[in-house]
Amino acid sequence: MATNTIDSSSGYRVIGTRPIRPDGVDKVTGRAKYGADYALPGMLHGKVLRSPHAHARIKAIRFERALKLPGVKAVVTGKDLPEGENKSVPLGEMSVNPRYLGHNILARDKALYQGHAVAAVAAVGLHIAEQALELIEVEYELLPPVMTVDEAMANSAPILDPELRNEEQGDEPTNIAKHAQLKRGETEAGFKSAQIVVEREFRTAMVHQGYIEPHNALATYGSDGRATIYCSTQGPFEVRGMSAAVLGVPVGSIKVVPAEIGGGFGGKTTVYLEPLALLLAMKTGRPVKMVMTRAEVLRASGPTSGSHIKVKMGCARDGKITAAGVWLAYEAGAFPGSPVAAAAMTVLAPYAIPNVLIDAYDVVVNRPKTAAYRAPGATNAAFAAETVIDELAERCGIDPLEMRILNGAREGTPHPAGPPYRRIGFIETCEAIKNSPHYSSELNGANRGRGVASGFWFNAGMQSAAMVNIHADGTASVVTGSPDIGGSRASCAMIAAEVLGLEAEEVRPVVTDTDAIGHTDVTGGSRVTFATGMAVFQAAEDAMRQLKERAAKLWECKPEEVEFRAGKFFAKGNPGAPITIKELAKRLPRTGGPVSGRATVNARGVGPAFATTCIDVEVDLDTGKVEILRCTVAQDAGRAIHPAYVEGQMQGGTAQGIGWALNEEYVYDAQGRMLNAGLLDYRMPTCPDLPMIETIIVEVPNPGHPLGVRGVGEVSIVPPPAAVANAIYRAVGVRLTELPMSPPRVLKAILTHSGQPSSVPAAAQVS
Amino acid sequence: MAEPRKIRMTVNGQAREGWAEPRRLLADFLREDLGLTGTHIGCEHGICGACTVLLNGEAARSCLMLAVQADGAELMTIEGLARGGVLHPLQEAFWEHHGLQCGFCTPGMLMAAYDFLRVNPDPTEEEIREALSAVLCRCTGYQGIVRAVKAAADRMRSAP
Repeated sequence: MATNTIDSSSGYRVIGTRPIRPDGVDKVTGRAKYGADYALPGMLHGKVLRSPHAHARIKAIRFERALKLPGVKAVVTGKDLPEGENKSVPLGEMSVNPRYLGHNILARDKALYQGHAVAAVAAVGLHIAEQALELIEVEYELLPPVMTVDEAMANSAPILDPELRNEEQGDEPTNIAKHAQLKRGETEAGFKSAQIVVEREFRTAMVHQGYIEPHNALATYGSDGRATIYCSTQGPFEVRGMSAAVLGVPVGSIKVVPAEIGGGFGGKTTVYLEPLALLLAMKTGRPVKMVMTRAEVLRASGPTSGSHIKVKMGCARDGKITAAGVWLAYEAGAFPGSPVAAAAMTVLAPYAIPNVLIDAYDVVVNRPKTAAYRAPGATNAAFAAETVIDELAERCGIDPLEMRILNGAREGTPHPAGPPYRRIGFIETCEAIKNSPHYSSELNGANRGRGVASGFWFNAGMQSAAMVNIHADGTASVVTGSPDIGGSRASCAMIAAEVLGLEAEEVRPVVTDTDAIGHTDVTGGSRVTFATGMAVFQAAEDAMRQLKERAAKLWECKPEEVEFRAGKFFAKGNPGAPITIKELAKRLPRTGGPVSGRATVNARGVGPAFATTCIDVEVDLDTGKVEILRCTVAQDAGRAIHPAYVEGQMQGGTAQGIGWALNEEYVYDAQGRMLNAGLLDYRMPTCPDLPMIETIIVEVPNPGHPLGVRGVGEVSIVPPPAAVANAIYRAVGVRLTELPMSPPRVLKAILTHSGQPSSVPAAAQVS
Repeated sequence: MAEPRKIRMTVNGQAREGWAEPRRLLADFLREDLGLTGTHIGCEHGICGACTVLLNGEAARSCLMLAVQADGAELMTIEGLARGGVLHPLQEAFWEHHGLQCGFCTPGMLMAAYDFLRVNPDPTEEEIREALSAVLCRCTGYQGIVRAVKAAADRMRSAP
């Protein structure tokens, strides 16, 4: 690898500044092209028939009448898809099983959740496709729905998948797809040596990422067997791979063109409509476009798991934690694959605890198959562990931040699931909150309280490719395969600009399709500015190396003799020097042709992220409503390439964490029908629900990255639910153990605590 | 299926016409028949506000209206906010103050803010937050959006 042309000791020129957004004009003028904005001549519209039942055997599907409706061009069912291999294939942050994936795209013999796709139609118009759905008759045999992990894990539970087995239960049918265990030290001895032990039980509701743009796909299929899919996705290469797997066609026959994406948060890392649109295009020979309604998004895309969690933690009187036991059961949804393993590995990750035992259960239930959601698995678990730590701190009479600093993980602390940490910034996030104007301010008034909590996320490396092209006028473009969901175009442009001595505005960032760039893993795991940024850095270095060779050619000297400083190329004793990149760019055609830097990485050196959040609340004792008065989040970014975007990630994640804490939940009836499949009843935070979210960017450079970058996209969602619960406790003396902490739950807890359970109004009678 | 009806409307100052079945949503008509895809559809039941347009000068959800109801109306969509290639102060402010991330809610947010600032050109932060409750954003936590609307209001007052 080339030596760094950036001299960080004298500070960066572009990195750390706040240039104007490269995607701004397109987005404020309506010109940005999202997935649903694509249209092609002769295009058909596809719609999906979905199961009204949570658990049912599909005995027959009759669609002849639908096919006869004028304008209907094709109907497909599960029989039109090949049976995928039943084995786990790692893919990004989650692993994928082709059989389960295929069965989720179109149900085979069983419908496993309300909203499960059963058939799909392509017709000349959307309304005709919708009419055709009404003409499809499906004969169902109803089966008892299994809606919670507790029901699913019970001995007599109805079984979702008769073929599902786990290692512990041998050949016994089960709903437990996996039991994983992490163990260090001896928890029994650890608890014995503790002077204070707290043991609590928690439940959290299934929640959705809530991106405003529904899923979409437009597919074409040519008589040459080549396909193109236009869609809004975080992972065009994953869409290609998964669609190929589901349809049984070669990966190389599909090109995926990523559209501008209207939010993802992990939810757009898998496929729903893409293989269906392509299947219908293959059947009809015409382009097919499909777009989900909001109800479909909520019922049939992948939310994240609800969970049942038990935490036991013990500490000495001085606050030093001696042992922790954690039991986690996560809803996987209809097919295995909840983020419970990540939950197990994150739940105690901020702390150095000598004796640890963590049990994690991945449990199938009759709910939509879960998908990734911003730090998948970590938020539920942190809600539990971080409230127990708060209680320990209180029992010890220690400030909750001091408690975290006392027990906090540092460089060399072994991670519960892996090797010791390299340099990390957890303690720094605690110190940042401790020293913040917020934490040192007084909070006065009745029923008000302040809570803090911390969170961990791994961040990810994985594969990325990048190209840096030098234009004839000395500007550049940086081409990657990473869809931009949080500002990565800006960070990529800035990294290239830093290396090439250009202004950020002189570098145009481009996200291209799967044929035009080397394999690039999903935009997820907060990996793009880290890993794709690393590829961009190296590609820009490669372009710089080529530029120096050209200058050397001009000056008839050795490339090693050419230096690049302050935007100019120099060579000792050469009268032609110095020249700028703009002057040199004009000479490229005569010195060997275009300059295009390239790099591919399978990035190592991932630096984990920590965040600590402080929240003030006021609780309305009459209604149970919790108002967020003030919120400050401190997060270790490693190095903030574009601080405004880093703050945007911190604020956005915090806002989602607050929604998760207070309002959001999937509500089902006893038959497993979702009762709130719309944005009126699935209540996400609106503007007046939130205060200004203050941000403190902590920069403890990641030693594994040339610029010190860690990922910043996810970890800020982790602390808020626990911080809010701890604040509520300080406000009204009640510890909440269920999410969301919606008015009925809070009111019930307050009334129960004050010894008036009988006076709980009907509205507060939540299970 | 009812027969399509001919409808005429003024959109962003231009006379437009087309055929629409009575059941066709105004949002779909704008996006698919008139090619104005800047108006986004996020929930099709009037909650997210991404589809907000101005109908005869007032903010309206184009997903809650039928195209035939807009026959004869004057409409403004996000594509009509910039004039002669010059961004509206709100657009400038959203761009400068990071009043967006993914940008999907932005057209609705801008149209709602445009309507609001005409009624209340000098709003407090609280008033801005209340007004913007009509549009959901999932990316930003609304920080940059509130800042942008305030900045645009200040600028519009000082240079009318």
